[in-house]
Amino acid sequence: MTVQSAMPKCWNEETKPHKFCPGCGHGLVLKALGQAIDELGIQDKVVFGCDIGCSLLSWDFFNVDTIQTHHGRTNPVITGMKRANADIIGVAYMGDGGGYAIGSQHLVSAATRNERITSIVVNNTQYGMTGGQMAPTTMPGQKTETTPYGRDPETTGSPTQGPEMVAAIAPEGAYVARGSVANVRQLKGYIKKALENQMAGNGFSFVEALSLCPTNWRTNAKDTWKFLEEDMYKYFKVGELKVPGSQEKEGQ
Amino acid sequence: MPEKPIQGEKKVFVTGNEVVAWAALAAEAEIMYGYPITPQNEIMHYWTRTIPKFGRRFLQTEDELSAGFTTVGGVLAGRRAFTATAGPGNILMQEPLSMAEAMRVPIVAVVEQRGGPSTATVIYSQQEVTLTTLGGNGEGLRVVYSTATHQDLFDYTIKAFNTAWKYRFPTFVLADGYQAKMRESVVFYDPAERGIKMVPTEAYVGRPGMPGVDRPPMHMRNTYNMEEELYEVLQEYLADYAKAAPEIEEHEAFDTADADLVVISHGVVSRACKMAVQELRQQGYKVGYFRPITLRPMPEKALREVAATAKQFLVVESAQGQLARLLKEAMYGGTAEMLTLFKPGVGVTSEEVVARVKEIKG
Amino acid sequence: MGKAVKIVLAGEGGQGVQSVAEILAEAANEKGREALYIPNFGVEQRGGVSVAFLQIGDEPIGAPKFQIGDIVIALSDRAVSRTRQYVGPDTVFVYDSGIEDIQDELPTNTNKIYAIPAIEVSKNELHPRVFNVIIMGAVIKATGVVAMEDAKNAIEIKLGSKFEKDPKLREMNFKAMERGAELVAGLA
Repeated sequence: MTVQSAMPKCWNEETKPHKFCPGCGHGLVLKALGQAIDELGIQDKVVFGCDIGCSLLSWDFFNVDTIQTHHGRTNPVITGMKRANADIIGVAYMGDGGGYAIGSQHLVSAATRNERITSIVVNNTQYGMTGGQMAPTTMPGQKTETTPYGRDPETTGSPTQGPEMVAAIAPEGAYVARGSVANVRQLKGYIKKALENQMAGNGFSFVEALSLCPTNWRTNAKDTWKFLEEDMYKYFKVGELKVPGSQEKEGQ
Repeated sequence: MPEKPIQGEKKVFVTGNEVVAWAALAAEAEIMYGYPITPQNEIMHYWTRTIPKFGRRFLQTEDELSAGFTTVGGVLAGRRAFTATAGPGNILMQEPLSMAEAMRVPIVAVVEQRGGPSTATVIYSQQEVTLTTLGGNGEGLRVVYSTATHQDLFDYTIKAFNTAWKYRFPTFVLADGYQAKMRESVVFYDPAERGIKMVPTEAYVGRPGMPGVDRPPMHMRNTYNMEEELYEVLQEYLADYAKAAPEIEEHEAFDTADADLVVISHGVVSRACKMAVQELRQQGYKVGYFRPITLRPMPEKALREVAATAKQFLVVESAQGQLARLLKEAMYGGTAEMLTLFKPGVGVTSEEVVARVKEIKG
Repeated sequence: MGKAVKIVLAGEGGQGVQSVAEILAEAANEKGREALYIPNFGVEQRGGVSVAFLQIGDEPIGAPKFQIGDIVIALSDRAVSRTRQYVGPDTVFVYDSGIEDIQDELPTNTNKIYAIPAIEVSKNELHPRVFNVIIMGAVIKATGVVAMEDAKNAIEIKLGSKFEKDPKLREMNFKAMERGAELVAGLA
């Protein structure tokens, strides 16, 4: 029997093992978030908001006050909270559909207003909970339930470049990065910086996490990682896109 | 501590939108979230001009979805928070409202009805009754006050916060474009000086202590795996609502005891009906007046009492039977004939009500 | 205690009919009477006919709008067409005599029709900007809804700071009100 690496302290042990599918990337993103919360010692200050989609399964994931919202509406709920009580450290956690499709106006507006919240979008290139339909992030040629012959950019557009968009529209003080569950240590670093940026009151803090969905990708372990590290990496560049005080890193 | 917005009592001559802003200030509302839509805009205008002096806050959002959801967020953080909208904005507002119903989040929303369907007119209607009382994908677990005068607007805006926070159901103040834009006199007062105590607010999230150590973490959800889980939650909510309803229900009535025909209306239309009934009484007609103030819950007991003696009802509204549908449900099984004067999207005058009654009575 | 007096004022945007209604309503309110003023605020607000509905009485006012006005004032040709619907057998209908080719449009079923040269008087004797104040004087004289002095006080409250800078402005406004009253008095 192998012993799993220690759970972050702020995880809710009672709800583990978690409810995500085997091989899902959410557990890794939430591990990175949990570690960042632990390292910053902010478990009693964080309010975690989860979207609808697979992210909804995290409603009792942490020993942290948590609110499950509606599909796409996590950014405004956390914004409203933060505006009402600035002592809260607000984390809005959602999938790519919630962030870039149904909730895109909220993401754009939270970014342009430089809301002092941390927004995390998990990008697994399709809608997981509803059974694998095309998402804004679906790769060109990728087969999903609603693009059975592969996504045709001619008729369905190109994958949304979320962090690039946020970096382009957010004012100075915002923090924007894209990490990957293939490098949890780096991802944790980005999320930690995003939380610190909020705590410093600098501005909107945004991290996209490239993630895995073997269930809907219909991939085995090897092909799952291959899709992330070869196909997705070609299109979605990992790194920091906007860091307060270093203007030169803006955009790409 | 900033001074109280209203000290003592003062009679003023203002628009309804100004009344709502001052009532929210008097009710110690701490933050408003809103998106521009006619005819509610001036609520935001008066609110934003006045609040710096009183330490209150405002956020202009990107749409009504966001206005509603940020209001939910504000309430979860423990603030007395509200929003205001109308027409197509009220349609969008139903999504956050359904979340507020699902999680018993006491948000307050002021709705100023305009014409519909669609963008229609920015002026006036009573066509948002169905949406406001029963909107959302649920069971209408909300309270709706329908106001008729500026004094109502002031009184019930204050009351809406207390009803919401006492019973933890989202609460609407349902007004209309006429009330928003017209000027008439109203008495502003400090609720405390009239013995009205504001129900204390309470944070749902971000309370003191380490979650999981000093206190359980607050885990709020609106999604359920099993149909039975949802059923159980709803049974509790519905029982709470049924228990609270008799305490919340309000109506206004006169001359119903010996009336053959009772005129039923709500909101601003009841002003015309009140005048018409008074005039008809003077002319010897045996007519009565009934006005539900709460459209949700409907004052069912009072209605049934009237239904037991009256032979006819005349339902008057600036909509094609949205109030009438609620009344039929409340009075199911009654034998009184239900007659109507429906003018969807258009104001009703007392002359029209008088004429309709005379047409019925010959 | 009679019924409330019902007044309809209609003109082109910029003619100031809404200000007249508002000042009259405020003057009545100041005297402890009941008043209700509602502007027609639809899209007509931009480029259309501006209509003000005003009621003044001693008891709380009923519906904000009404079918038939006691006095209906129309200050442009479009306003005449727009307000015909508010005219009944007991209505006093007032229009500006400067409106051309309007005879066929005028209501026929009224109590009295007054044509007053308010536009002309404002241009030739006073200043076009006090045109609406002339109208206010005429309404006060024709209806007696408020005392002239109370209306002057209401104007003073609204424009006091401007009057402080330019006392002649006060004089002109008050003169305009008197002239408006005279225009109606001459016809009665």
